[in-house]
Amino acid sequence: MSETFSARVWVLGDDIDTDIIIPTEYLALKTVQDMTPYAFSPLRPELAAQIQPGDVIVAGKNFGCGSSREQAPEIIKALGIKAVVARSFARIFYRNSINNGLLLIENPDLRDDVTEGDTIEVAVGEKITLNGKEYPIASLPENLLEILNAGGLVKAMRKRNGLED
Amino acid sequence: MGMTMAEKIIARAAGVDSAKAGDIHTVELDRLMSNDGTTHLTIDMCNKLKHPHIQDVNKLVWIVDHNIPSDSPKTAASHKKMRDFAREHGITFYEGEGVCHQVMMENHVCPGELIFGADSHTCAYGALGAFGTGVGCTDYLYAMVTGTSWLLVPETLRFNLTGKLPEGVYARDLILTIIGRIGANGANYKAMEFAGEGLKTLTMSDRISICNLCVEAGAKTALMEVDDVALSYLKEHGREPKALFTSDPDASFAAVYDIDLSEIQPIVAKPHFVDNVVPAKESLGVHIDEAFLGSCNNGRIEDLRVGASIIKGKKVHPLVRFLVVPASRAVYKQAAEEGLLDIFMEAGAIVMNPNCSVCWGSCQGVIGEGETLISTGTRNFKGRAGHRDSFVYLASAATVTASAITGEITTADMLK
Repeated sequence: MSETFSARVWVLGDDIDTDIIIPTEYLALKTVQDMTPYAFSPLRPELAAQIQPGDVIVAGKNFGCGSSREQAPEIIKALGIKAVVARSFARIFYRNSINNGLLLIENPDLRDDVTEGDTIEVAVGEKITLNGKEYPIASLPENLLEILNAGGLVKAMRKRNGLED
Repeated sequence: MGMTMAEKIIARAAGVDSAKAGDIHTVELDRLMSNDGTTHLTIDMCNKLKHPHIQDVNKLVWIVDHNIPSDSPKTAASHKKMRDFAREHGITFYEGEGVCHQVMMENHVCPGELIFGADSHTCAYGALGAFGTGVGCTDYLYAMVTGTSWLLVPETLRFNLTGKLPEGVYARDLILTIIGRIGANGANYKAMEFAGEGLKTLTMSDRISICNLCVEAGAKTALMEVDDVALSYLKEHGREPKALFTSDPDASFAAVYDIDLSEIQPIVAKPHFVDNVVPAKESLGVHIDEAFLGSCNNGRIEDLRVGASIIKGKKVHPLVRFLVVPASRAVYKQAAEEGLLDIFMEAGAIVMNPNCSVCWGSCQGVIGEGETLISTGTRNFKGRAGHRDSFVYLASAATVTASAITGEITTADMLK
């Protein structure tokens, strides 16, 4: 059974790089939670404080390009972002997101139609609905779904090995 | 149907006869590199495992390069964690030896290998015909514990190089030209393969510089055919190839580009994207506050020779800080022997120990609000080199050095 949720949208542009998501100078902070106030700060310093748990980000192409720093998806998840929808994702960020249980959705058209503050309905692996218009989305392969649903790769391995927390 | 280099390397690592783009394979990794950017996170996760385990410690190479020497008690603690863990488990460990990718090229990478690095510029290893790809610390941990991972076999963009770079034009100009042409995600999920007669005219330093920057086009890896230049580099450094692969004549490529090296000109990438490239001549006169010659991309002896030949007998502009950072201890020693460091210091440059320096924006050399840096580093993202309201231009060692002399973006030919 696929999960369905509705969420408020934050809109970002193309090529949101990992130094935008979390600038290098804050990587020395002790925990990901400590870093969250600085998420997206080079671009929109006020954004991290405005994001509410359950919101989604809708962005353009090449989201997450740049560094392999895994704090990038971790921080987005720690902010409570439920999913990132983008035209495309950079590959290292894509793997890191799955490995940390952050849902990523590719869609070529939603970004053109959506306005910040809109509410979208997401049926995971099926479609996104905005103002009655439907945007089909691909379903993930089984092995990636297992990781995502477990909350990340380490948790999935624990589960598979019967070592649940 | 023939196979590409990328397909052959993955097939070897998966223990299968053939692999094709789009397949997903479980692969055995040959080598696992990690640096002080994220190793402390890997260690924290490893320590939380029920049964912490390293499948084969001989695969692991750990390198402190991002913040060395440490610049705060926090980084000192992070380094200590890495140092202690490495010693406890017998992991090959470098500290102060150089920027991770340069250290890997000098000491470890072998043709035909499949290598994970917890750093996006791991694709540099393609200069020796190895499939290097960047991963995050969770993928790294999984590979460390199991020796394996899963990989989607990438499609390949093939670049056939012909001709020879003109005098005063460098590998950095070539790869920035290519990234400008295909865009910052033009090679997303794909391999970028370089071949052709033009490749034979490029030095190992050129090749590392080209492969290193391919991730800025989104590439999963970069690959070059191993020829006599690569084999003699390997031999000089006391190693033998593991396996030599070339793409078959009937291999399938997602796209093929023909690049005539003789048509390349000096390029700069303007803020804040690596694909935001223009001919350097169109950026002349932009005021700069700092210049950086170094990094895994352009901190090799060849780059220092270029810089020294331009600045010899001249002075760094009084309002500019010019940072010169050799990419490894070996490069540093060679530069000292050749008198290059003297030339830089007499000109007023700041010569630093091998490290990632301002390229990664969290140690010595970061720039302040409103300042502009011209850099041979890897990225010019907003805030990458310091304050979020600062500006980074990327260019070759020649353009960076010439600009350090005049205080504004300048090509080297203008100083003659």
